[in-house]
Amino acid sequence: MKRSGRGTSARWLTIYAVAYMVFLYAPVVLLPLFAFNDATVVAFPLSGFTTDWFAALWRTEALVDAVRNSLVVAVAAAVLATTLGASAARAAARYRFPGKGPVMGFIMLPLVLPEIIVAVALLVPIMQLGLSLSLWTVIAGHVLICIPFSIAILSSAFQGLDISLEEASLDLEESRWGTFRRVTLPLVMPGVISSLLICFTISLDEFMIAFFLTGTEVTLPVYIWSQLRFPTKLPSIMALGTLLLALSIVLLVVAEWLRRRAARRQGIEASAIGGLM
Amino acid sequence: MAAGTGNSIIEIAGVTRDFGSFQALKGISADIREGEFFSLLGPSGCGKTTLLRLIAGFDEPTSGTIAIDGRPMADIPANRRPTNMVFQSYAIFPHLDVAENVGYGLKTRRMPRAQIAAEVEKALEMVDLADYGRRAAHELSGGQRQRVALARALVMRPKVVLLDEPLSALDKKLREQMQVELRELQQSIGITFILVTHDQEEALIMSDRIAVMFEGRIAQLASPEELYRHPRTKRVASFIGVMNFLPATFVSRDAAGVTVDVTALGRVTIPPALVPAPLDSATIDTVGVRPEMFTILSDRVEPAERATPGTVTGNSYYGDMTYYTVQLDGGAAPITISMRNTAGRSVLPSGSRVSVGWGAESIVLFE
Amino acid sequence: MGLKLDREARSGLLLVGPTAIYAALMLAAPLFMIVTFSFWTQNYLDIDRTLTLANYRTAWSEPIYRVLMVRSLVISLIVTAVTVLLAFPIAYFLSFHVTRRKPLWLFLITVPFWTSYLIRVFLWKVILGFNGVLNTALLDLGLIDAPLTFILYNTNAVVLTLAHAWAAFAILPIFVALEKIDRSLLEAAEDLGDGPLRRFLRITLPLAMPGVVGATLIVLIPTMGDFITPRLVGGTEGMMIANMIQVQFGRANNAPLGAALAVSAMLVVGVVSLVIYLAGRKFGGRVR
Repeated sequence: MKRSGRGTSARWLTIYAVAYMVFLYAPVVLLPLFAFNDATVVAFPLSGFTTDWFAALWRTEALVDAVRNSLVVAVAAAVLATTLGASAARAAARYRFPGKGPVMGFIMLPLVLPEIIVAVALLVPIMQLGLSLSLWTVIAGHVLICIPFSIAILSSAFQGLDISLEEASLDLEESRWGTFRRVTLPLVMPGVISSLLICFTISLDEFMIAFFLTGTEVTLPVYIWSQLRFPTKLPSIMALGTLLLALSIVLLVVAEWLRRRAARRQGIEASAIGGLM
Repeated sequence: MAAGTGNSIIEIAGVTRDFGSFQALKGISADIREGEFFSLLGPSGCGKTTLLRLIAGFDEPTSGTIAIDGRPMADIPANRRPTNMVFQSYAIFPHLDVAENVGYGLKTRRMPRAQIAAEVEKALEMVDLADYGRRAAHELSGGQRQRVALARALVMRPKVVLLDEPLSALDKKLREQMQVELRELQQSIGITFILVTHDQEEALIMSDRIAVMFEGRIAQLASPEELYRHPRTKRVASFIGVMNFLPATFVSRDAAGVTVDVTALGRVTIPPALVPAPLDSATIDTVGVRPEMFTILSDRVEPAERATPGTVTGNSYYGDMTYYTVQLDGGAAPITISMRNTAGRSVLPSGSRVSVGWGAESIVLFE
Repeated sequence: MGLKLDREARSGLLLVGPTAIYAALMLAAPLFMIVTFSFWTQNYLDIDRTLTLANYRTAWSEPIYRVLMVRSLVISLIVTAVTVLLAFPIAYFLSFHVTRRKPLWLFLITVPFWTSYLIRVFLWKVILGFNGVLNTALLDLGLIDAPLTFILYNTNAVVLTLAHAWAAFAILPIFVALEKIDRSLLEAAEDLGDGPLRRFLRITLPLAMPGVVGATLIVLIPTMGDFITPRLVGGTEGMMIANMIQVQFGRANNAPLGAALAVSAMLVVGVVSLVIYLAGRKFGGRVR
């Protein structure tokens, strides 16, 4: 009786899970459908197959510019946020220092602030100081919101690092820098790469801050936002979205693969969620 | 037994270490001799690991000095000290294979590749891991990891090897085997070993000399035999092996020795050779007797200096030994007696009336 | 304080320093400025720097702002409730019923979130529209006679879209909390006579509470500040406070009022988050 009751609940849960996945994937599946659809209206029924929308992307100068801007911003934000995040994560994991709780809490604050607050808060001083908006202001904002993610990813990497490994290296006559290069860095490398990829992806897709802080050079999401008003541009946006999705999946798979390889090499059980959270 | 040249390799003088208001070391002074196997023994929290880390250079004393090979070590960081450590966790670099782990320090010294390979091979042979060079760190068993950690330290040809509870992660059988192997290895290469352990048996088996530490102080520094036979305090006596404590009162002290009245055993005179030097006779309230220093006399008459009657109140059979608890007539608490289970000797049941043999030389006086 | 503690503290502060300074310059100073700003007044092109509570009076008393604030909070709470309630069974399913392919499931759950947020929201518009995917499909199947109109440009659409947008952020914290539960506790509860439902209520749910609270806050806070979804699928009825903040900083050119609205929104979110956090702690008992 008990056993069959449990079986039923498991079956209902499975059905629910599948339905939920349909809900999750409904918009995602539509993306390539419309991207390859030979019609200017984004609606059913589909009329035919075309790759014109992809070809059109390359010819749209404003789009190419936006992509370039976004890549610059995302790479800069990822590198800066990961560097700053790594040193903070290391400090938190390794040392006790006065004011640690409040300082770390404050650095993590953007995680629980609505993005519009961060965006507006950054906009006000820029306006007051009479600075002009540029890609740099966007980068500054993105670094701020990426640092907490970087710290979240890297603190588990630094916490998992046995202090005696670094001590062993020092004991074997290696310098502090040499220890960092030969022991610490290789061991936290999967975390560093995860952090870089996550920050890159967050920055690439971030709209709110970019919307407020961008100047004449727009990033990709801001460009997309401006195009959503024009129905004729929509099929190209679908094509663009398809490309972005494909890129993200490739990056995610690569990141996960690197992480697992590193974990396997070190004989550590690769936890299911380590790379994602 | 007496290993080493007798020259000091490490001189520790008045070392203290404070962690905030907590004093982990309260003034440690000791000389460690070249080539000896030296153990720091004590319960957890006694400061033994702190002291080892001060010697290694991972930490600095709050006051006092440490000199290695005649050189004061203040301001000399761990990477410039002639010591190498075997960590409790072994600290095998997980991203490197066995040979790379062992050769890590040689690479730091910028030794040519071929020479590193040769040295590593020699070191691995020394610890019986000759063909393990290309193994990944995580493919090793606990005992093998311990050997790799040791080889990694030895290959540096340090003046002193520091071992932080190196056997605590191993199971009992392997631990006992490694104790013997480590001891033999140390004797064959003649390098000073300093072992931190909480396991008194391990310290007794392996060491030339042992410093017993309690609460940041060295309670006694002596050879294993001296430590076991003549523990200076009740605390040391109960930490090392099993000790019966019997209430006693001081009677007199003269050329014949120290005379005391011991509950249940009666009046006994301890010869001068067994009387600890800084004895304050007035404070004597207890004496100690090791369980094996008592004998349960069988019907066959055995020679015993003195004999006291009693009743067996319990027994624990260990195979080679039996531990009895015996209530001596007129005694306060029951005592523990260990007897070898030699041929013809059967285990006595509770309630048996026995005669317990002992001698004045089995009595231990405490400071 | 011994010598070593100081050295350790120095190393720690030195390492955390650059990041902390960055956060101070880029977050603390701006937040301070925006609070100051909210007490100033916009005079056409100039800013009047006399401190005044006028902006707050406007923000809290004028019906339009009050309506928007309340609506934003209500929509955010509904979105959060819907998202977390929908997410919990999935997290539970992953943690307790999926045994062999856990990483794959987790991967599949996160993939949709790597699609551009803007495009994802826009696609919901395509799905829910008058001539949208859903209406076309239902019409073709003969399930409806005329396109449904209650599914786009209203609160329903905002809730649905946001529930989709934040799904993974709700699932993962709950999943992590569930994974941490020692399975022998559940067996112990069963052994002590609890049925499946009582066991769930007395053991699983309280122990999963930190994850549920985490999920709730992760969804609630950014939702309150979102203006894309309301703009794209919400119609006039779905407009939220963030849209108004954006308008004040943009077209309406009244940054001080925008700042006052932003600070007010922040306070509201802060208070609600604190209440949820404390309530969660209370229900979850002394976990952690």
